[in-house]
Amino acid sequence: MSRGASTFSVKTLIFTLVVVLSNAVGNLFLTIGMKQQAASLGTPLSYITAIFQPLVALGIGLLIIWMLSRMALLSWADLSFVLPVTALGYVLSAILGRVFLEEQISARRWGGIFLIVAGVALVGWKTTTPSAEPPKAEGV
Amino acid sequence: MNPWMLVGCVVGATVLSDLLQSFEMKRHGEIEDLSPGGIGRVLVTLAKKTFVILAVFFMAISFFSFMTLVSIADLSFAVPATALSMVVETILARVVLKEHIDGWRWAGAALVAAGVLLLAA
Repeated sequence: MSRGASTFSVKTLIFTLVVVLSNAVGNLFLTIGMKQQAASLGTPLSYITAIFQPLVALGIGLLIIWMLSRMALLSWADLSFVLPVTALGYVLSAILGRVFLEEQISARRWGGIFLIVAGVALVGWKTTTPSAEPPKAEGV
Repeated sequence: MNPWMLVGCVVGATVLSDLLQSFEMKRHGEIEDLSPGGIGRVLVTLAKKTFVILAVFFMAISFFSFMTLVSIADLSFAVPATALSMVVETILARVVLKEHIDGWRWAGAALVAAGVLLLAA
């Protein structure tokens, strides 16, 4: 792991694709699965049952891959790269919703999505070093 | 159930979880030993910290709320709407964690807020 390396390697490209796709597709499967379960939700037990429904489980599995691959990517890539690129997941989620769930996306909603992507990208792009003052060790 | 109530649950629980994690991890100090044994020891230490346990609890609340949200709302609404947590976290990072937030980050947070407002309209 070469910290601060600026070369855009094949490894980075692959992990970026995995991060973006596993998040969006994971959310898609979770949504399809949960919509089938919507009527039977209510008790805590019904949520446990829902988790084991094939589509929900597939969605959760993909979201676990998303978390792990994102953590791995963050170990060598800058947050200022990861944050804006993964913000594209918002657009991808909308497209998947439009295509596979036949969601109606108004111009206003597209506008909202693009503002959110721009906002996340701006935060990432302008993020340099962490600026936190570490809390006092004996705090709380 | 009103989808915005669920968005509120997701955002509130995410923010609480992140704040607790960030606070406890900074109190722990930077993790330097990245060998499997070192990471194992860190995990054992952290698993006993009240704030970390609470953070995991709120993470679970956040996920179950999100599951409920997508069971009734559009995917193209649910995913962007939960970005509201970024705005709340930026404010609380300033107020609670006393982080320095520069103009660009405030501008980014404001754009996200404006975007969520458009989703609501």
